[in-house]
Amino acid sequence: MSLTAEEVSEIIRLLDASSFDELRLEIGTLKLTLRRGAAPETVETAPAPVPAAPQPKVAPPPPPDTSDLAAIPAPLLGIFYRAPKPGEPPFVEIGSRVEPDTVIAIIEVMKLMSPVRAGIAGEIVEILPDNATLVEYGQVLMRVREPG
Amino acid sequence: MKIRRLLIANRGEIALRILRTCRSLGIETVAAVSEADRDSLPARLADRALCIGPARPSESYLRPATIVQAALGVGADAIHPGYGFLSENPALARFCEQEGVIFVGPTAAQIEAVGDKLNARAAAEAAGVPVVPGGAAADRTAAEALAVGIVFPLLIKAVGGGGGRGMQRVDHAEDLPAALDLASAEAGAAFGDARVYLERFIARGRHVEVQVLGDGAHTVHLGERDCSAQRRYQKLIEETPAPDLTDSLREGIRAAALRFADRLGYRGAGTVEFIVDLDRGTFHFLEMNARIQVEHPATEAVTGIDLVAAQIRIAEGKGLGLAQEDIRFGGHAVECRINAEDPAQDFRPCPGTVSLARWPEGDGIRVDTHIASGSRVPPFYDSLLGKIIAHGADRAAALARLAAALAATRIEGVATNLAFQRAAIAAPDFAAGAVDTGFVGRLLAAGA
Repeated sequence: MSLTAEEVSEIIRLLDASSFDELRLEIGTLKLTLRRGAAPETVETAPAPVPAAPQPKVAPPPPPDTSDLAAIPAPLLGIFYRAPKPGEPPFVEIGSRVEPDTVIAIIEVMKLMSPVRAGIAGEIVEILPDNATLVEYGQVLMRVREPG
Repeated sequence: MKIRRLLIANRGEIALRILRTCRSLGIETVAAVSEADRDSLPARLADRALCIGPARPSESYLRPATIVQAALGVGADAIHPGYGFLSENPALARFCEQEGVIFVGPTAAQIEAVGDKLNARAAAEAAGVPVVPGGAAADRTAAEALAVGIVFPLLIKAVGGGGGRGMQRVDHAEDLPAALDLASAEAGAAFGDARVYLERFIARGRHVEVQVLGDGAHTVHLGERDCSAQRRYQKLIEETPAPDLTDSLREGIRAAALRFADRLGYRGAGTVEFIVDLDRGTFHFLEMNARIQVEHPATEAVTGIDLVAAQIRIAEGKGLGLAQEDIRFGGHAVECRINAEDPAQDFRPCPGTVSLARWPEGDGIRVDTHIASGSRVPPFYDSLLGKIIAHGADRAAALARLAAALAATRIEGVATNLAFQRAAIAAPDFAAGAVDTGFVGRLLAAGA
């Protein structure tokens, strides 16, 4: 039993689109382990199949100390964009000063673009979601250090 | 196409119900939840939970674009709408069709065809299915002319209504004009469609509905359920098969449901509802519900068919996978809805925190619930806490199991209709056999 390169890349694509960090596949004597992050993908053949352990839920990394910072939550679920259009400069960068009505991002819901305003004044110190990714309602988009 | 990841666009017990079947089919689940449901059981048990908006349904569960965006954003290939919320909203089904996301349900066109109740009446007539005498009441003159043929009392119904909502009874001809104005205004406000129609009020009727499954080419029925134990058109107890129905009525109703679904080329699970006129011995089409229903477990109990799995199979384009003769019926099943509502206060919903939930178990008992000790019942949604389904060799055996199960159930912290349900199934006329839709009202009037 062997896998073609196309089959392996299809499996990688499936893992990539899933919420799991690791995939172990066993077909006969073939064992395939795929892991997100630094660990390399491995294909090995082993005679004794070992049942895969149930995957624990993904634990988020411990959050940095943000107790003195204010958060800007996503006002709605949608796709988060940092710039008005692809290729244009982002609305804000780390270090930008914002006022409550400063537009800091846009969120798209099925081609409908909604501007997101800071809601508070201060300096942007952290931008959390990657550009063009799904954010859920209430998810922290940016952290702001308020003046004073 | 095989569904790999499914977004559940609902909450409560039906979200968990869908999750359970997905798990057994190896489908990954994404629970789309409102802020009020972040810590709910479905949110915790799904492979992933996604907060789609604030607690208020109009800002979360009722937003088709948000639901579809959520599905696309997490790479879900399918959306299951459950019941209520967007399940019969053609906008969600159409969005899915446009975006290539599988909608686990009928086509948008079918949802529209049965959602417009006048349209559904016309389709029933065209399929040779008897409707309740009545018709469109475009204006006062037309309504008055129609009313002469129907005879009072009659019901004014909203074309955009259904499920017992948007109905008004009129007893006398002189009350008709004012009632029409009021019903039309209410329909416009509630459903965004001010059109109303008239139907004869059936004084002594039974609510009998047929579970159907279709794959667009073939249709089968899974028997009928009797849901006559209703309060203000909201079902409280459902059972299958319908007791004390003559063979000719039972066969007639089942065949009529199939004719109706066939005519639509129906795809998915649906329920065709009828009213049986006990004084005339006739049955009439009421409406079709183009979705899974709250009371579907009763049918699952007697047929052994997982209806959510059947919905998914059909949505994947694999067809029905069974013919009418493959469907066998075994025994009798009764379902009881346990709601967080206070019978002492006119069944007013009672949100709060359930301090203790002890659900029954045992042979022939199934409980579908999302409520455990400590669960919150938010004020924004319907008050259903869970459903207890009892299955037995016959009706008496099922009712005995249900009575024992209800006696063993304890819900504390919120008011419930549990005591009322115990009284209802123990009532002599219910225990004796079929009841009509006036049963619950009479029981309440007698002080149950």
